[in-house]
Amino acid sequence: MNSAVDPTFNLSSSVAAKPGAVEAPVKIQVNKLNFYYGQNHALKNINFTIPEKRVTAMIGPSGCGKSTLLRVFNRMYDLYPGQRAEGEVLFDGVNVVGKDLDSTVVRSRIGMVFQKPTPFPMSIYDNIAFGVRLHESINKAQMDERVESCLRKAAIWEETKDRLHTSALGMSGGQQQRLCIARTIAVRPEVILLDEPTSALDPISTSKIEDLIDELKQEFTIVIVTHNMQQAARCADLTAFFYLGELVEVGTSDVIFTNPKEIKTRDYITGRFG
Amino acid sequence: MDATIDSSGATGRIPIHQAKSIGGLSDPLFVGALWASGIFVLILLGLIIAQLFLGGLPALQEFGLDFLWTASWNPVTEKYGALVMIYGTLFSAVIAVVVALPLSFGIAFFLTEIAPQPLKRPIGVAVQLLAAVPSIIYGMWGFFVIAPLMAAYVQPPLIDLLGPIPVLGALFQGPPLGSGMFTAGLILAVMIVPFITAMFVETLESVPPMLKESAYGVGCTTFEVYRNVSVPYGRTAMVGAVMLGLGRALGETMAVTFVIGNATRLSASLFAPGATIASTIANEFPEAPIGSLKLTSLLQLGFILFVISFIVLALSRALVRSRLD
Repeated sequence: MNSAVDPTFNLSSSVAAKPGAVEAPVKIQVNKLNFYYGQNHALKNINFTIPEKRVTAMIGPSGCGKSTLLRVFNRMYDLYPGQRAEGEVLFDGVNVVGKDLDSTVVRSRIGMVFQKPTPFPMSIYDNIAFGVRLHESINKAQMDERVESCLRKAAIWEETKDRLHTSALGMSGGQQQRLCIARTIAVRPEVILLDEPTSALDPISTSKIEDLIDELKQEFTIVIVTHNMQQAARCADLTAFFYLGELVEVGTSDVIFTNPKEIKTRDYITGRFG
Repeated sequence: MDATIDSSGATGRIPIHQAKSIGGLSDPLFVGALWASGIFVLILLGLIIAQLFLGGLPALQEFGLDFLWTASWNPVTEKYGALVMIYGTLFSAVIAVVVALPLSFGIAFFLTEIAPQPLKRPIGVAVQLLAAVPSIIYGMWGFFVIAPLMAAYVQPPLIDLLGPIPVLGALFQGPPLGSGMFTAGLILAVMIVPFITAMFVETLESVPPMLKESAYGVGCTTFEVYRNVSVPYGRTAMVGAVMLGLGRALGETMAVTFVIGNATRLSASLFAPGATIASTIANEFPEAPIGSLKLTSLLQLGFILFVISFIVLALSRALVRSRLD
Protein backbone atom coordinates (compact mmCIF):
# COMPACT_ATOMS: atom_id res chain seq x y z
CA MET A 1 0.00 0.00 0.00
CA ASN A 2 2.93 2.36 -0.06
CA SER A 3 3.30 2.74 -3.76
CA ALA A 4 3.73 6.32 -4.80
CA VAL A 5 0.73 7.95 -6.41
CA ASP A 6 1.44 9.15 -9.84
CA PRO A 7 -0.86 11.88 -11.20
CA THR A 8 -0.99 10.28 -14.61
CA PHE A 9 -2.85 7.29 -13.22
CA ASN A 10 -0.60 4.46 -14.30
CA LEU A 11 -1.88 2.88 -11.20
CA SER A 12 -0.96 -0.26 -9.58
CA SER A 13 -1.84 -2.81 -6.99
CA SER A 14 -3.01 -0.15 -4.58
CA VAL A 15 -6.19 0.20 -6.62
CA ALA A 16 -7.06 -3.41 -6.25
CA ALA A 17 -10.00 -2.57 -4.00
CA LYS A 18 -11.68 -0.82 -6.92
CA PRO A 19 -10.63 -2.64 -10.02
CA GLY A 20 -10.53 -0.43 -13.04
CA ALA A 21 -11.20 2.61 -10.93
CA VAL A 22 -9.16 4.86 -13.10
CA GLU A 23 -8.41 2.90 -16.21
CA ALA A 24 -10.82 4.97 -18.20
CA PRO A 25 -10.51 7.33 -21.14
CA VAL A 26 -9.71 10.94 -20.27
CA LYS A 27 -12.82 13.14 -20.27
CA ILE A 28 -11.41 16.43 -19.08
CA GLN A 29 -7.79 17.41 -19.17
CA VAL A 30 -6.64 20.55 -17.38
CA ASN A 31 -3.40 22.02 -18.66
CA LYS A 32 -1.52 24.86 -16.98
CA LEU A 33 -4.69 26.47 -15.77
CA ASN A 34 -4.48 29.79 -13.96
CA PHE A 35 -7.49 31.69 -12.74
CA TYR A 36 -7.87 35.23 -11.49
CA TYR A 37 -10.57 37.08 -9.60
CA GLY A 38 -9.42 40.54 -10.59
CA GLN A 39 -5.97 40.74 -8.98
CA ASN A 40 -6.46 37.64 -6.87
CA HIS A 41 -4.65 34.62 -8.29
CA ALA A 42 -7.07 31.87 -7.28
CA LEU A 43 -5.79 28.86 -9.20
CA LYS A 44 -2.11 28.37 -9.79
CA ASN A 45 -0.87 26.24 -12.66
CA ILE A 46 -3.29 23.35 -12.31
CA ASN A 47 -2.57 20.17 -14.29
CA PHE A 48 -5.00 17.38 -13.80
CA THR A 49 -7.00 14.71 -15.60
CA ILE A 50 -10.57 13.56 -15.03
CA PRO A 51 -11.45 10.08 -16.29
CA GLU A 52 -14.72 9.31 -18.06
CA LYS A 53 -17.63 7.77 -16.14
CA ARG A 54 -15.86 7.97 -12.83
CA VAL A 55 -16.47 10.08 -9.76
CA THR A 56 -13.72 12.56 -9.06
CA ALA A 57 -13.81 14.40 -5.74
CA MET A 58 -12.10 17.68 -5.02
CA ILE A 59 -11.37 18.40 -1.39
CA GLY A 60 -9.52 21.09 0.51
CA PRO A 61 -10.12 23.90 2.98
CA SER A 62 -12.41 26.81 2.09
CA GLY A 63 -10.88 29.20 -0.39
CA CYS A 64 -8.50 26.61 -1.82
CA GLY A 65 -9.93 26.99 -5.32
CA LYS A 66 -11.88 23.75 -5.74
CA SER A 67 -15.23 25.47 -6.41
CA THR A 68 -13.44 27.91 -8.66
CA LEU A 69 -12.12 25.06 -10.76
CA LEU A 70 -15.63 23.66 -11.04
CA ARG A 71 -16.88 27.03 -12.25
CA VAL A 72 -14.13 27.13 -14.85
CA PHE A 73 -15.21 23.77 -16.29
CA ASN A 74 -18.62 25.09 -17.34
CA ARG A 75 -17.58 28.67 -17.94
CA MET A 76 -19.77 30.04 -15.14
CA TYR A 77 -17.08 32.66 -14.49
CA ASP A 78 -18.04 34.20 -17.85
CA LEU A 79 -21.01 35.84 -16.18
CA TYR A 80 -18.82 38.02 -14.03
CA PRO A 81 -16.58 40.69 -15.47
CA GLY A 82 -13.13 40.72 -13.92
CA GLN A 83 -12.82 36.95 -13.67
CA ARG A 84 -10.54 35.30 -16.19
CA ALA A 85 -8.92 31.99 -16.88
CA GLU A 86 -5.64 31.25 -18.66
CA GLY A 87 -4.55 27.85 -19.87
CA GLU A 88 -6.53 24.94 -21.23
CA VAL A 89 -9.41 22.78 -20.15
CA LEU A 90 -9.73 20.11 -22.80
CA PHE A 91 -13.16 18.49 -22.98
CA ASP A 92 -12.79 15.47 -25.25
CA GLY A 93 -9.73 17.22 -26.57
CA VAL A 94 -11.44 20.55 -27.30
CA ASN A 95 -10.53 23.61 -25.25
CA VAL A 96 -13.64 24.99 -23.54
CA VAL A 97 -11.88 27.92 -21.90
CA GLY A 98 -11.59 31.05 -23.97
CA LYS A 99 -13.89 32.56 -26.51
CA ASP A 100 -13.93 29.90 -29.21
CA LEU A 101 -17.00 28.04 -27.94
CA ASP A 102 -20.38 29.43 -27.00
CA SER A 103 -20.76 29.22 -23.24
CA THR A 104 -24.40 28.05 -23.43
CA VAL A 105 -23.26 25.05 -25.48
CA VAL A 106 -20.50 24.25 -23.01
CA ARG A 107 -22.98 24.42 -20.12
CA SER A 108 -25.42 22.09 -21.82
CA ARG A 109 -22.66 19.47 -22.06
CA ILE A 110 -21.22 20.13 -18.61
CA GLY A 111 -24.12 20.46 -16.17
CA MET A 112 -23.91 21.76 -12.64
CA VAL A 113 -25.72 21.24 -9.34
CA PHE A 114 -25.24 23.83 -6.62
CA GLN A 115 -24.76 23.86 -2.85
CA LYS A 116 -28.32 24.82 -2.14
CA PRO A 117 -31.24 23.40 -4.09
CA THR A 118 -32.26 25.93 -6.73
CA PRO A 119 -35.58 24.83 -8.20
CA PHE A 120 -36.95 27.29 -10.72
CA PRO A 121 -40.19 29.05 -9.74
CA MET A 122 -42.37 26.73 -11.81
CA SER A 123 -43.89 23.25 -11.63
CA ILE A 124 -41.87 20.09 -11.08
CA TYR A 125 -42.55 19.01 -14.66
CA ASP A 126 -41.53 22.36 -16.10
CA ASN A 127 -38.34 22.39 -14.04
CA ILE A 128 -37.21 19.34 -15.99
CA ALA A 129 -38.72 20.31 -19.33
CA PHE A 130 -37.33 23.83 -19.17
CA GLY A 131 -33.74 23.00 -20.04
CA VAL A 132 -34.79 20.41 -22.61
CA ARG A 133 -36.95 22.92 -24.50
CA LEU A 134 -33.96 25.23 -24.84
CA HIS A 135 -31.96 22.73 -26.80
CA GLU A 136 -34.37 20.32 -28.44
CA SER A 137 -37.84 20.51 -29.92
CA ILE A 138 -39.61 17.32 -28.96
CA ASN A 139 -43.31 16.59 -28.76
CA LYS A 140 -45.44 16.24 -25.65
CA ALA A 141 -45.21 12.45 -25.45
CA GLN A 142 -41.44 12.47 -25.83
CA MET A 143 -41.21 15.19 -23.22
CA ASP A 144 -43.37 13.24 -20.79
CA GLU A 145 -41.09 10.30 -21.31
CA ARG A 146 -37.98 12.36 -20.80
CA VAL A 147 -39.33 13.92 -17.62
CA GLU A 148 -40.24 10.53 -16.21
CA SER A 149 -36.93 8.93 -17.07
CA CYS A 150 -34.96 11.81 -15.55
CA LEU A 151 -37.02 11.76 -12.38
CA ARG A 152 -36.53 7.99 -12.18
CA LYS A 153 -32.79 8.32 -12.66
CA ALA A 154 -32.71 10.90 -9.91
CA ALA A 155 -34.64 8.48 -7.67
CA ILE A 156 -37.48 10.91 -7.12
CA TRP A 157 -40.16 9.66 -9.50
CA GLU A 158 -42.18 7.80 -6.88
CA GLU A 159 -42.40 10.90 -4.70
CA THR A 160 -43.35 13.27 -7.47
CA LYS A 161 -45.40 11.36 -10.04
CA ASP A 162 -48.71 12.48 -8.52
CA ARG A 163 -47.76 16.12 -8.21
CA LEU A 164 -45.81 16.86 -11.37
CA HIS A 165 -47.76 20.00 -12.06
CA THR A 166 -47.49 21.54 -8.62
CA SER A 167 -44.83 24.09 -7.74
CA ALA A 168 -41.36 22.72 -7.14
CA LEU A 169 -40.95 25.22 -4.31
CA GLY A 170 -43.21 23.10 -2.11
CA MET A 171 -40.83 20.13 -1.98
CA SER A 172 -38.43 19.37 0.85
CA GLY A 173 -34.80 20.41 0.55
CA GLY A 174 -33.60 16.90 -0.23
CA GLN A 175 -36.28 16.40 -2.86
CA GLN A 176 -35.47 19.76 -4.40
CA GLN A 177 -31.82 18.80 -4.67
CA ARG A 178 -32.68 15.51 -6.40
CA LEU A 179 -34.99 17.50 -8.69
CA CYS A 180 -32.05 19.75 -9.53
CA ILE A 181 -29.99 16.68 -10.40
CA ALA A 182 -32.86 15.38 -12.56
CA ARG A 183 -33.06 18.77 -14.25
CA THR A 184 -29.34 18.70 -14.93
CA ILE A 185 -29.36 15.24 -16.50
CA ALA A 186 -32.44 16.10 -18.56
CA VAL A 187 -30.38 18.14 -21.01
CA ARG A 188 -28.15 15.05 -21.47
CA PRO A 189 -24.84 16.44 -20.34
CA GLU A 190 -21.71 14.34 -20.45
CA VAL A 191 -20.23 15.71 -17.27
CA ILE A 192 -22.06 16.65 -14.06
CA LEU A 193 -20.43 19.07 -11.66
CA LEU A 194 -21.66 18.88 -8.08
CA ASP A 195 -20.69 21.81 -5.87
CA GLU A 196 -21.11 20.58 -2.28
CA PRO A 197 -24.48 19.09 -3.24
CA THR A 198 -25.32 17.84 0.25
CA SER A 199 -24.03 20.67 2.43
CA ALA A 200 -27.57 21.99 3.01
CA LEU A 201 -29.19 18.57 3.49
CA ASP A 202 -29.93 16.25 6.39
CA PRO A 203 -28.14 12.87 6.70
CA ILE A 204 -30.94 10.84 5.14
CA SER A 205 -31.20 13.09 2.08
CA THR A 206 -27.41 13.08 1.92
CA SER A 207 -27.21 9.32 1.75
CA LYS A 208 -29.87 9.28 -0.98
CA ILE A 209 -27.82 11.71 -3.03
CA GLU A 210 -24.70 9.62 -2.48
CA ASP A 211 -26.48 6.49 -3.66
CA LEU A 212 -27.63 8.48 -6.65
CA ILE A 213 -24.09 9.55 -7.47
CA ASP A 214 -23.11 5.89 -7.54
CA GLU A 215 -25.91 5.17 -10.00
CA LEU A 216 -25.21 8.15 -12.21
CA LYS A 217 -21.59 7.30 -12.87
CA GLN A 218 -22.75 4.45 -15.11
CA GLU A 219 -23.72 7.13 -17.56
CA PHE A 220 -22.00 10.38 -16.65
CA THR A 221 -18.62 11.68 -15.65
CA ILE A 222 -19.02 13.23 -12.21
CA VAL A 223 -16.93 15.84 -10.48
CA ILE A 224 -17.88 16.61 -6.90
CA VAL A 225 -16.60 19.29 -4.56
CA THR A 226 -17.12 18.39 -0.93
CA HIS A 227 -16.10 19.40 2.56
CA ASN A 228 -17.12 16.04 3.85
CA MET A 229 -14.17 13.70 3.61
CA GLN A 230 -16.18 10.59 4.40
CA GLN A 231 -18.34 11.53 1.46
CA ALA A 232 -15.33 11.76 -0.83
CA ALA A 233 -14.04 8.45 0.49
CA ARG A 234 -17.44 6.80 0.00
CA CYS A 235 -18.35 8.14 -3.41
CA ALA A 236 -15.25 9.00 -5.32
CA ASP A 237 -12.95 6.85 -7.37
CA LEU A 238 -10.39 9.62 -7.46
CA THR A 239 -9.72 12.39 -4.99
CA ALA A 240 -7.80 15.58 -5.57
CA PHE A 241 -6.57 17.72 -2.68
CA PHE A 242 -6.27 21.45 -3.22
CA TYR A 243 -4.58 23.95 -0.95
CA LEU A 244 -4.22 27.72 -1.47
CA GLY A 245 -5.00 27.52 -5.16
CA GLU A 246 -2.64 24.65 -5.87
CA LEU A 247 -3.29 21.04 -6.61
CA VAL A 248 -1.32 19.29 -3.88
CA GLU A 249 -2.07 15.67 -4.63
CA VAL A 250 -4.37 13.53 -6.70
CA GLY A 251 -4.88 9.79 -6.63
CA THR A 252 -7.37 7.05 -6.06
CA SER A 253 -9.51 7.74 -3.02
CA ASP A 254 -8.11 4.68 -1.27
CA VAL A 255 -4.62 6.01 -1.47
CA ILE A 256 -5.44 9.61 -0.63
CA PHE A 257 -7.36 8.63 2.46
CA THR A 258 -5.16 5.85 3.70
CA ASN A 259 -1.68 6.58 2.52
CA PRO A 260 -1.22 10.06 1.07
CA LYS A 261 2.13 11.01 -0.32
CA GLU A 262 2.15 14.62 0.82
CA ILE A 263 2.38 15.78 4.45
CA LYS A 264 -0.21 18.52 3.77
CA THR A 265 -2.74 16.01 2.53
CA ARG A 266 -2.19 13.82 5.55
CA ASP A 267 -2.58 16.78 7.91
CA TYR A 268 -5.79 17.82 6.23
CA ILE A 269 -7.50 14.44 6.14
CA THR A 270 -6.55 13.72 9.72
CA GLY A 271 -8.05 17.06 10.74
CA ARG A 272 -4.84 18.72 11.81
CA PHE A 273 -5.80 21.86 9.90
CA GLY A 274 -8.55 23.03 7.63
CA MET B 1 -18.86 25.89 38.94
CA ASP B 2 -21.12 25.74 41.98
CA ALA B 3 -19.57 28.88 43.41
CA THR B 4 -20.76 31.04 40.56
CA ILE B 5 -24.42 30.34 41.24
CA ASP B 6 -24.69 32.24 44.54
CA SER B 7 -21.87 34.65 43.95
CA SER B 8 -23.92 37.86 44.36
CA GLY B 9 -22.77 38.24 47.96
CA ALA B 10 -19.24 37.30 47.09
CA THR B 11 -18.91 39.95 44.40
CA GLY B 12 -20.35 42.62 46.72
CA ARG B 13 -23.31 43.50 44.46
CA ILE B 14 -26.80 44.43 45.65
CA PRO B 15 -29.17 41.40 45.52
CA ILE B 16 -31.20 41.52 42.36
CA HIS B 17 -34.59 42.08 44.02
CA GLN B 18 -33.30 45.25 45.72
CA ALA B 19 -31.67 46.82 42.67
CA LYS B 20 -33.10 50.08 41.32
CA SER B 21 -34.61 50.07 37.86
CA ILE B 22 -32.30 51.41 35.22
CA GLY B 23 -33.15 54.67 33.47
CA GLY B 24 -35.97 55.79 35.80
CA LEU B 25 -38.69 57.77 34.06
CA SER B 26 -36.95 58.44 30.77
CA ASP B 27 -37.73 55.09 29.16
CA PRO B 28 -41.51 55.15 29.82
CA LEU B 29 -41.51 58.69 28.37
CA PHE B 30 -39.68 57.53 25.29
CA VAL B 31 -42.01 54.59 24.80
CA GLY B 32 -45.02 56.86 25.33
CA ALA B 33 -43.74 59.25 22.66
CA LEU B 34 -43.38 56.37 20.23
CA TRP B 35 -46.97 55.30 20.94
CA ALA B 36 -48.15 58.86 20.38
CA SER B 37 -46.37 59.04 17.01
CA GLY B 38 -47.97 55.82 15.87
CA ILE B 39 -51.46 56.72 17.04
CA PHE B 40 -51.13 60.21 15.51
CA VAL B 41 -50.95 58.71 12.01
CA LEU B 42 -54.15 56.77 12.57
CA ILE B 43 -55.99 59.79 13.96
CA LEU B 44 -54.78 62.04 11.14
CA LEU B 45 -55.85 59.62 8.45
CA GLY B 46 -59.19 59.02 10.14
CA LEU B 47 -59.88 62.73 10.39
CA ILE B 48 -59.03 63.34 6.74
CA ILE B 49 -61.37 60.57 5.60
CA ALA B 50 -64.16 61.75 7.90
CA GLN B 51 -63.76 65.38 6.84
CA LEU B 52 -63.80 64.52 3.15
CA PHE B 53 -66.81 62.31 3.54
CA LEU B 54 -68.79 64.81 5.63
CA GLY B 55 -67.82 67.65 3.30
CA GLY B 56 -69.15 65.71 0.33
CA LEU B 57 -72.24 64.43 2.12
CA PRO B 58 -74.60 67.19 0.86
CA ALA B 59 -73.72 66.26 -2.73
CA LEU B 60 -74.35 62.63 -1.95
CA GLN B 61 -77.74 63.52 -0.45
CA GLU B 62 -78.60 65.69 -3.46
CA PHE B 63 -77.59 63.30 -6.23
CA GLY B 64 -77.42 59.93 -4.46
CA LEU B 65 -75.19 57.25 -5.94
CA ASP B 66 -76.14 58.56 -9.39
CA PHE B 67 -73.28 60.98 -8.76
CA LEU B 68 -70.89 58.17 -9.68
CA TRP B 69 -72.26 57.59 -13.19
CA THR B 70 -73.61 60.95 -14.23
CA ALA B 71 -71.57 62.44 -17.04
CA SER B 72 -72.59 66.07 -16.75
CA TRP B 73 -70.72 68.73 -14.80
CA ASN B 74 -72.77 71.86 -15.18
CA PRO B 75 -72.32 74.76 -12.74
CA VAL B 76 -75.13 76.74 -14.41
CA THR B 77 -77.87 74.16 -13.87
CA GLU B 78 -76.13 72.89 -10.68
CA LYS B 79 -76.08 69.37 -12.09
CA TYR B 80 -72.91 67.52 -11.07
CA GLY B 81 -71.67 64.01 -11.80
CA ALA B 82 -68.29 62.31 -11.42
CA LEU B 83 -68.26 59.93 -14.40
CA VAL B 84 -66.13 62.06 -16.72
CA MET B 85 -63.50 62.60 -14.04
CA ILE B 86 -63.43 59.00 -12.87
CA TYR B 87 -63.08 57.88 -16.48
CA GLY B 88 -60.35 60.46 -17.16
CA THR B 89 -58.46 59.53 -14.03
CA LEU B 90 -58.43 55.82 -14.81
CA PHE B 91 -57.84 56.26 -18.54
CA SER B 92 -54.84 58.58 -18.19
CA ALA B 93 -53.35 56.41 -15.45
CA VAL B 94 -53.72 53.28 -17.58
CA ILE B 95 -52.06 55.01 -20.55
CA ALA B 96 -49.24 56.01 -18.22
CA VAL B 97 -48.71 52.45 -17.01
CA VAL B 98 -48.87 50.99 -20.51
CA VAL B 99 -46.17 53.40 -21.67
CA ALA B 100 -44.04 53.22 -18.51
CA LEU B 101 -44.00 49.45 -18.13
CA PRO B 102 -41.82 48.45 -21.10
CA LEU B 103 -39.52 51.39 -20.47
CA SER B 104 -39.09 50.43 -16.83
CA PHE B 105 -38.46 46.81 -17.75
CA GLY B 106 -35.77 47.87 -20.18
CA ILE B 107 -34.04 50.21 -17.78
CA ALA B 108 -34.20 47.74 -14.90
CA PHE B 109 -32.83 44.83 -16.94
CA PHE B 110 -30.11 47.00 -18.37
CA LEU B 111 -29.08 48.28 -14.95
CA THR B 112 -29.06 44.90 -13.23
CA GLU B 113 -27.33 42.78 -15.80
CA ILE B 114 -26.00 44.50 -18.88
CA ALA B 115 -24.71 47.90 -17.79
CA PRO B 116 -20.95 48.00 -17.23
CA GLN B 117 -20.01 49.14 -13.73
CA PRO B 118 -18.98 52.70 -14.70
CA LEU B 119 -22.36 53.32 -16.41
CA LYS B 120 -24.52 51.84 -13.67
CA ARG B 121 -24.35 54.71 -11.23
CA PRO B 122 -24.89 57.59 -13.67
CA ILE B 123 -27.96 55.94 -15.18
CA GLY B 124 -29.30 54.90 -11.80
CA VAL B 125 -28.90 58.41 -10.45
CA ALA B 126 -30.46 59.94 -13.56
CA VAL B 127 -33.51 57.73 -13.15
CA GLN B 128 -33.82 58.78 -9.52
CA LEU B 129 -33.47 62.44 -10.48
CA LEU B 130 -36.46 62.06 -12.78
CA ALA B 131 -38.44 61.40 -9.62
CA ALA B 132 -37.03 64.55 -8.04
CA VAL B 133 -38.29 66.90 -10.77
CA PRO B 134 -41.27 68.85 -9.34
CA SER B 135 -44.53 68.00 -11.05
CA ILE B 136 -45.16 71.63 -12.03
CA ILE B 137 -41.98 71.46 -14.14
CA TYR B 138 -43.32 68.41 -15.92
CA GLY B 139 -46.55 70.32 -16.45
CA MET B 140 -44.82 73.24 -18.11
CA TRP B 141 -42.60 70.96 -20.15
CA GLY B 142 -45.66 69.04 -21.28
CA PHE B 143 -47.58 72.18 -22.13
CA PHE B 144 -44.85 74.10 -23.95
CA VAL B 145 -42.80 71.31 -25.48
CA ILE B 146 -44.63 68.00 -25.69
CA ALA B 147 -48.15 69.18 -26.53
CA PRO B 148 -47.07 71.28 -29.56
CA LEU B 149 -44.87 68.41 -30.77
CA MET B 150 -47.78 66.02 -30.45
CA ALA B 151 -50.11 68.38 -32.30
CA ALA B 152 -47.65 68.92 -35.15
CA TYR B 153 -45.96 65.57 -35.69
CA VAL B 154 -47.57 62.70 -33.80
CA GLN B 155 -51.30 63.09 -33.73
CA PRO B 156 -52.11 64.03 -37.38
CA PRO B 157 -50.48 60.94 -38.95
CA LEU B 158 -52.01 58.67 -36.29
CA ILE B 159 -55.46 60.12 -36.87
CA ASP B 160 -55.09 59.75 -40.62
CA LEU B 161 -53.66 56.27 -40.41
CA LEU B 162 -55.64 54.61 -37.64
CA GLY B 163 -58.75 56.78 -37.43
CA PRO B 164 -60.67 55.06 -40.25
CA ILE B 165 -60.25 51.55 -38.78
CA PRO B 166 -63.48 50.38 -37.17
CA VAL B 167 -63.51 50.00 -33.36
CA LEU B 168 -59.78 50.72 -32.93
CA GLY B 169 -60.28 53.98 -34.82
CA ALA B 170 -62.44 55.30 -32.00
CA LEU B 171 -59.23 55.83 -30.04
CA PHE B 172 -57.87 58.14 -32.74
CA GLN B 173 -60.63 60.63 -33.44
CA GLY B 174 -60.93 64.39 -33.25
CA PRO B 175 -58.70 67.33 -34.05
CA PRO B 176 -54.98 67.13 -33.19
CA LEU B 177 -55.05 69.57 -30.28
CA GLY B 178 -51.83 68.45 -28.67
CA SER B 179 -53.20 68.46 -25.17
CA GLY B 180 -55.53 65.63 -24.14
CA MET B 181 -55.63 62.21 -22.55
CA PHE B 182 -52.69 60.79 -24.47
CA THR B 183 -50.32 63.65 -23.72
CA ALA B 184 -51.34 63.55 -20.07
CA GLY B 185 -50.68 59.83 -20.01
CA LEU B 186 -47.22 60.33 -21.54
CA ILE B 187 -46.25 62.93 -18.96
CA LEU B 188 -47.54 60.69 -16.20
CA ALA B 189 -45.53 57.80 -17.63
CA VAL B 190 -42.31 59.79 -17.36
CA MET B 191 -43.22 60.62 -13.78
CA ILE B 192 -43.87 57.04 -12.67
CA VAL B 193 -40.99 55.37 -14.53
CA PRO B 194 -38.50 56.09 -11.71
CA PHE B 195 -40.70 54.43 -9.10
CA ILE B 196 -41.48 51.35 -11.13
CA THR B 197 -37.86 51.04 -12.26
CA ALA B 198 -36.49 51.34 -8.73
CA MET B 199 -38.74 48.56 -7.50
CA PHE B 200 -37.99 46.37 -10.52
CA VAL B 201 -34.26 46.77 -9.92
CA GLU B 202 -34.70 45.85 -6.29
CA THR B 203 -36.71 42.77 -7.22
CA LEU B 204 -34.29 41.62 -9.90
CA GLU B 205 -31.34 42.07 -7.57
CA SER B 206 -33.06 39.93 -4.98
CA VAL B 207 -33.10 36.92 -7.32
CA PRO B 208 -30.52 34.54 -5.80
CA PRO B 209 -27.39 34.45 -8.01
CA MET B 210 -27.30 30.68 -7.63
CA LEU B 211 -30.78 30.41 -9.14
CA LYS B 212 -29.69 32.44 -12.14
CA GLU B 213 -26.50 30.40 -12.43
CA SER B 214 -28.59 27.22 -12.41
CA ALA B 215 -30.52 28.54 -15.36
CA TYR B 216 -27.32 29.50 -17.14
CA GLY B 217 -26.11 26.06 -16.11
CA VAL B 218 -28.69 24.26 -18.25
CA GLY B 219 -27.66 26.44 -21.16
CA CYS B 220 -29.93 29.51 -21.02
CA THR B 221 -29.12 32.79 -22.69
CA THR B 222 -29.44 36.06 -20.77
CA PHE B 223 -32.90 36.69 -22.18
CA GLU B 224 -34.08 33.19 -21.33
CA VAL B 225 -32.85 33.56 -17.76
CA TYR B 226 -34.87 36.77 -17.47
CA ARG B 227 -38.01 35.50 -19.05
CA ASN B 228 -38.11 32.15 -17.33
CA VAL B 229 -36.41 32.68 -14.00
CA SER B 230 -35.90 36.27 -12.87
CA VAL B 231 -39.29 37.63 -13.87
CA PRO B 232 -41.35 34.67 -12.60
CA TYR B 233 -39.37 34.76 -9.36
CA GLY B 234 -40.25 38.41 -8.78
CA ARG B 235 -43.60 38.35 -10.57
CA THR B 236 -45.87 39.39 -7.72
CA ALA B 237 -43.49 42.07 -6.50
CA MET B 238 -43.35 43.46 -10.01
CA VAL B 239 -47.11 43.58 -10.30
CA GLY B 240 -47.09 45.37 -6.96
CA ALA B 241 -44.59 47.89 -8.33
CA VAL B 242 -46.83 48.58 -11.30
CA MET B 243 -49.81 49.10 -9.00
CA LEU B 244 -47.80 51.57 -6.93
CA GLY B 245 -46.99 53.45 -10.13
CA LEU B 246 -50.66 53.37 -11.06
CA GLY B 247 -51.53 54.78 -7.65
CA ARG B 248 -49.18 57.69 -8.17
CA ALA B 249 -50.54 58.36 -11.63
CA LEU B 250 -54.11 58.43 -10.31
CA GLY B 251 -53.52 61.23 -7.87
CA GLU B 252 -51.08 63.38 -9.83
CA THR B 253 -52.49 66.90 -10.21
CA MET B 254 -50.41 69.75 -11.57
CA ALA B 255 -48.72 68.15 -14.54
CA VAL B 256 -52.00 66.65 -15.68
CA THR B 257 -53.94 69.89 -15.25
CA PHE B 258 -51.51 71.54 -17.65
CA VAL B 259 -51.85 69.09 -20.50
CA ILE B 260 -55.14 67.23 -20.27
CA GLY B 261 -57.25 69.97 -21.83
CA ASN B 262 -59.78 70.23 -18.99
CA ALA B 263 -62.98 69.46 -20.83
CA THR B 264 -65.77 67.78 -18.88
CA ARG B 265 -66.88 65.73 -21.85
CA LEU B 266 -66.78 61.99 -22.30
CA SER B 267 -64.78 60.75 -25.30
CA ALA B 268 -63.20 57.45 -26.20
CA SER B 269 -60.48 59.17 -28.23
CA LEU B 270 -56.93 59.25 -26.93
CA PHE B 271 -56.51 62.75 -28.30
CA ALA B 272 -59.67 64.31 -26.93
CA PRO B 273 -59.33 66.72 -24.04
CA GLY B 274 -60.67 65.40 -20.77
CA ALA B 275 -60.36 65.88 -17.05
CA THR B 276 -59.22 63.88 -14.06
CA ILE B 277 -60.57 64.14 -10.55
CA ALA B 278 -57.43 65.90 -9.36
CA SER B 279 -57.32 68.35 -12.28
CA THR B 280 -61.00 69.21 -11.86
CA ILE B 281 -60.56 69.95 -8.18
CA ALA B 282 -57.49 72.09 -8.89
CA ASN B 283 -59.29 74.03 -11.62
CA GLU B 284 -62.65 74.58 -9.99
CA PHE B 285 -61.89 74.91 -6.32
CA PRO B 286 -61.19 78.66 -6.53
CA GLU B 287 -64.61 79.20 -8.15
CA ALA B 288 -66.59 77.22 -5.63
CA PRO B 289 -68.20 79.42 -2.95
CA ILE B 290 -68.31 78.05 0.58
CA GLY B 291 -71.49 76.11 1.22
CA SER B 292 -72.31 75.73 -2.47
CA LEU B 293 -73.37 72.48 -4.03
CA LYS B 294 -70.34 72.74 -6.29
CA LEU B 295 -67.94 72.74 -3.35
CA THR B 296 -69.54 69.72 -1.76
CA SER B 297 -69.47 67.96 -5.14
CA LEU B 298 -65.74 68.65 -5.38
CA LEU B 299 -65.21 67.29 -1.89
CA GLN B 300 -67.21 64.25 -2.88
CA LEU B 301 -64.92 63.86 -5.91
CA GLY B 302 -61.94 64.03 -3.58
CA PHE B 303 -63.45 61.27 -1.48
CA ILE B 304 -63.92 59.09 -4.56
CA LEU B 305 -60.28 59.63 -5.57
CA PHE B 306 -59.25 58.67 -2.08
CA VAL B 307 -61.20 55.44 -2.28
CA ILE B 308 -59.77 54.55 -5.72
CA SER B 309 -56.21 55.25 -4.59
CA PHE B 310 -56.77 53.27 -1.41
CA ILE B 311 -57.97 50.24 -3.33
CA VAL B 312 -55.01 50.36 -5.71
CA LEU B 313 -52.54 50.83 -2.88
CA ALA B 314 -54.05 48.00 -0.86
CA LEU B 315 -53.81 45.69 -3.87
CA SER B 316 -50.20 46.65 -4.48
CA ARG B 317 -49.25 46.07 -0.84
CA ALA B 318 -50.90 42.69 -0.84
CA LEU B 319 -49.06 41.70 -4.02
CA VAL B 320 -45.68 42.98 -2.90
CA ARG B 321 -46.01 41.13 0.39
CA SER B 322 -46.94 37.84 -1.24
CA ARG B 323 -43.79 37.88 -3.37
CA LEU B 324 -42.61 34.44 -2.26
CA ASP B 325 -45.67 32.34 -2.02
